[in-house]
Amino acid sequence: MTIDLKTVKHISKLSRISIDDNKAKKLGKDLNSIFSFIEKLNELDTKNTEPLTSIAETTLKLRKDEIKSENIREDILKNSPDKNKDFFVVPKVIE
Amino acid sequence: MSKNNGEYLIIRNDNKYEVIIGLEVHAQVLSESKLFSTSSTKFGSEPNTQVSLVDAAFPGMLPVINEHCIKQAVKTGIGLKAKINKRSIFDRKNYFYADLPQGYQISQYKDPIVGEGSVTLDMPNGEKNIGIERLHLEQDAGKSIHDIDPQNTLVDLNRSGVALMEIVSKPDLRSLDEVNAYIKKLRSIMRYLGTCDGNMQEGSLRADVNVSVRKKGDKKLGTRCEIKNVNSIKFMQMAIDFEANRQVDIIEEGGSIDQETRLFDTKKNETRSMRSKEDAHDYRYFPDPDLLPLELNDNYIDQIKKNIPELPDEKKKRFIEKFKLSPYEANILVSDIEISKYFEEVSKNSDVKLATNWITGELFALLNEKNIEITESPISSKNLSKLINLIKDGTISGKIAKSVFEIMRDGDKDPITIVEEKGLKQQSDPKELENLINKVIIENPKNVEAYKSGKDKLFGFFVGQVMKNSNGKANPKLVNEILKKKLN
Amino acid sequence: MMSNITDLKLVELVDKIKKKELSSSEVTIAFIERSKKSKKLNAYISENYENAIKKAKIFDQKPDFKKKLPGIPIAVKDLFCTKNIRTTAGSKILENFVPTYESTVTQNILDEGGIVIGKLNCDEFAMGSSNETSYFGNVQNPVSENLVPGGSSGGSSSAIAAKLTPATIGTDTGGSIRQPASFTGTVGLKPTYGSCSRYGIVAFASSLDQAGPMTHDVKDCSLMLEIMSTYDTKDSTSVDFKRENYLTNLNENIKGKKIGIPKEYRVDGMPKEIDELWEKGIKIIKENGGQIIEISLPNTNYALPTYYIVAPAEASSNLARYDGVKYGFRSKGENLIDMYEKTRSEGFGDEVKRRIMIGTYVLSSGYYDAYYLKAQKVRRLIKNDFDEAYKKVDAILTPSTPSSAFKIGEKLNDPVSMYLNDIFTVPINLAGLPAISIPAGHDKKGYPLGLQVIGKAFDEQSILNIAFALEKNISFKNNITDWWIK
Repeated sequence: MTIDLKTVKHISKLSRISIDDNKAKKLGKDLNSIFSFIEKLNELDTKNTEPLTSIAETTLKLRKDEIKSENIREDILKNSPDKNKDFFVVPKVIE
Repeated sequence: MSKNNGEYLIIRNDNKYEVIIGLEVHAQVLSESKLFSTSSTKFGSEPNTQVSLVDAAFPGMLPVINEHCIKQAVKTGIGLKAKINKRSIFDRKNYFYADLPQGYQISQYKDPIVGEGSVTLDMPNGEKNIGIERLHLEQDAGKSIHDIDPQNTLVDLNRSGVALMEIVSKPDLRSLDEVNAYIKKLRSIMRYLGTCDGNMQEGSLRADVNVSVRKKGDKKLGTRCEIKNVNSIKFMQMAIDFEANRQVDIIEEGGSIDQETRLFDTKKNETRSMRSKEDAHDYRYFPDPDLLPLELNDNYIDQIKKNIPELPDEKKKRFIEKFKLSPYEANILVSDIEISKYFEEVSKNSDVKLATNWITGELFALLNEKNIEITESPISSKNLSKLINLIKDGTISGKIAKSVFEIMRDGDKDPITIVEEKGLKQQSDPKELENLINKVIIENPKNVEAYKSGKDKLFGFFVGQVMKNSNGKANPKLVNEILKKKLN
Repeated sequence: MMSNITDLKLVELVDKIKKKELSSSEVTIAFIERSKKSKKLNAYISENYENAIKKAKIFDQKPDFKKKLPGIPIAVKDLFCTKNIRTTAGSKILENFVPTYESTVTQNILDEGGIVIGKLNCDEFAMGSSNETSYFGNVQNPVSENLVPGGSSGGSSSAIAAKLTPATIGTDTGGSIRQPASFTGTVGLKPTYGSCSRYGIVAFASSLDQAGPMTHDVKDCSLMLEIMSTYDTKDSTSVDFKRENYLTNLNENIKGKKIGIPKEYRVDGMPKEIDELWEKGIKIIKENGGQIIEISLPNTNYALPTYYIVAPAEASSNLARYDGVKYGFRSKGENLIDMYEKTRSEGFGDEVKRRIMIGTYVLSSGYYDAYYLKAQKVRRLIKNDFDEAYKKVDAILTPSTPSSAFKIGEKLNDPVSMYLNDIFTVPINLAGLPAISIPAGHDKKGYPLGLQVIGKAFDEQSILNIAFALEKNISFKNNITDWWIK
């Protein structure tokens, strides 16, 4: 299979990464070479194989319902690119 | 629109359309801390004060699941008579939004914790079962605030990561009344179980509404539209009504419905397309590699089953059988867990029939008037049962009881004290009553004459006079008896 | 005297501090001085020198010799979040990010008396095999000028080989500890998945990532692992197993140990030197009473394609949080979506973007079953191969990499050939197993080559012991000349 320019643009949209035509072309080329190498998996018959979702040899540990986290608003907002002491700030969203 | 035989149909040019409704209810799990972090779920705190590093998705932060939320989901599943899945998987639902810090929501996609179940509705023309498709656990997002800063959108992550149960119904609902009954029943079940407080004002219960229409008699479902995030029953009904009519109009004009996500504008009372979200609709679900599959064993599920309280359907059955209530009365009394508790407390120590009448009559009128919940009732169940006992043992009449009730509502005073202080005790001493009656007979010779010559209706006049002279305290039953003897 | 200090190995330094022959300050200053002279290697992204010296002084005032790293200076890969020390993950998007929290692994090091002297360069978000994807520039391999140090823990391998730190830590998603260790003539261990907590480590691919030690020798490696590996309730994939005193238990007796040699690792076009190196390892094992058993890992060839679906898929989702809203770089945008797209386009480098795109594609509607689900199934087959093999053997011996270090820029324009570097290391991550790379010889250019010992899950002690025996018999010498200091 080949990944065309339209697909590259669609993926970049889904990934929220803007990309110009030149870059998209180069990326398309890279993706095609990577995917032709990935296609190798089709040689394998996996009809009766269960997917492996987690490699950790343990069961999901459960936490008690306790409040341990305090108000750390200052820490949370400290690295925020837009300075506001109460909120995160983003460009106006119109719904 | 017409309502023939309780049917909800939209009629255009002699075509009758049936409306098919499915609800995805998002119910906030009652828990102290969030689904995957240890910050508080408390409502109404200062912005971003209940946000942990996990909730704000800082680099390297990992989710650790809250055991209580799992239990709550299992409980709710049992309450919905649903299959509990012993193995469920948490997936990531990927999309970008300002109030979604991780860039994905942890949810359950292919393997939810709860499978198929059902909810029974009591409709005027009988019971109706609504199928439950599934229930799964997921994280809530934060809140985007658009109206504080004119240039920017502000984000508060207090809600981010709070546990939600998404309860998906089958497309079994057919009318606005059924939607109303379904939401109320769901809410009631969860409040009985203590798994969700059902507080719609605080957003603890919201729904995405799926609506489609089809010509009556058609078997195939029409294309549906999903109306996102509607937060009251009234708005759900308004949104459905608008949307169903919109779809019928399109079909009648020869058009076809696009499957899409729509938004309900409560100010304009209309739904409109959320085109801004259309290109982000590929959620790329995959199992969250930070979490392992959730495995529940039979013992765990059985333990929870054992501790499930009596639910509305069973309670209703018991009320009818044990207390001989009518289905209508039972329905009202079990509709809310707090009402049923109140009723059981009152009726434990007093007459059931009187308790039913007083709660559904006087007390409900009072709560309505004050616009408060039964938990905030100014009259405690203990004092109401005392009042009922005073009526039952003849200490006061029903009429006096009403005036005692009027006094009780302003401070939950013990009715026995009120009756004593105000001297409202019924006069039941036959001698005293005889004196009162004799006085009335002497003072009204003409009426006595008229009564004796056949004017039976005047009997009421004599009773009234006696009651008046006793300031309403005379025992009406005894007055009747003595009067009859005297006059005949 | 100074240069002597940096020549000492970790266990020796600990010993000398405990015997009060050296102070923490002396040791810390020595490594900092050497680091300062070694800027040409570009091993550091952030330096914490002043603070470290202060901490060393404090330690010396009230030394606690019961600690396992008493006042020992350590530079760490810049993928570990360190409280109040900038953490970049080698990316522009986190250029100015200063965590308010500490990763569990670095906390363990601090708790044992270690002192962080700086944050080491790495491929951006650990995506790379040569450290060339770092926003903060290439790292030089101290072995020879303009040679890559491997990746993604390239700053770490360079720093340990050049003796800028007595030990270091890296992360390994597909070989990111073992390959750079192999390229620089040092020891690197990737523990069993679930052994070291992932809490506070900038995530690349959650089901594959593991932190591990990078050291001069196997003894140092054992000590570091002992400190790093703890059960952590903050990581749901952390496993509560009995952790050994790896250093105390370390011994070179491998008599009776059954070592598997997988035939599928003899790949076409593999340099002769690597084959010879492998034979050398086999010979040593036999001479020391170990038993060599031919085994088959039939799905080996499918590991790399599987990895290049699973890792980018997880990464595409893990890196969604870098959106310019909460922390890190933000580019101005006309609206929210525009802001996202510009921030992520300008904030991420090409390789990261490439992998996000691959990952997004394999998860997207219509392709999930063909790619992601398929890869998960093949991953199961690969794990089954190892499970089968371990019915017959205690550990497996392979080369660490199919070639020695290459020149900077050599493979930059050919992603697939770059990816092939990890052919021997990737299957181990997919199966979640522990593996160690130890230096075992040189190729004809004089560049180091490594051997890899792969163990059963949670059996780090066995691979340390086997590596210890190999190390003794190989007596590898790293011919590093300090060319960058002149």
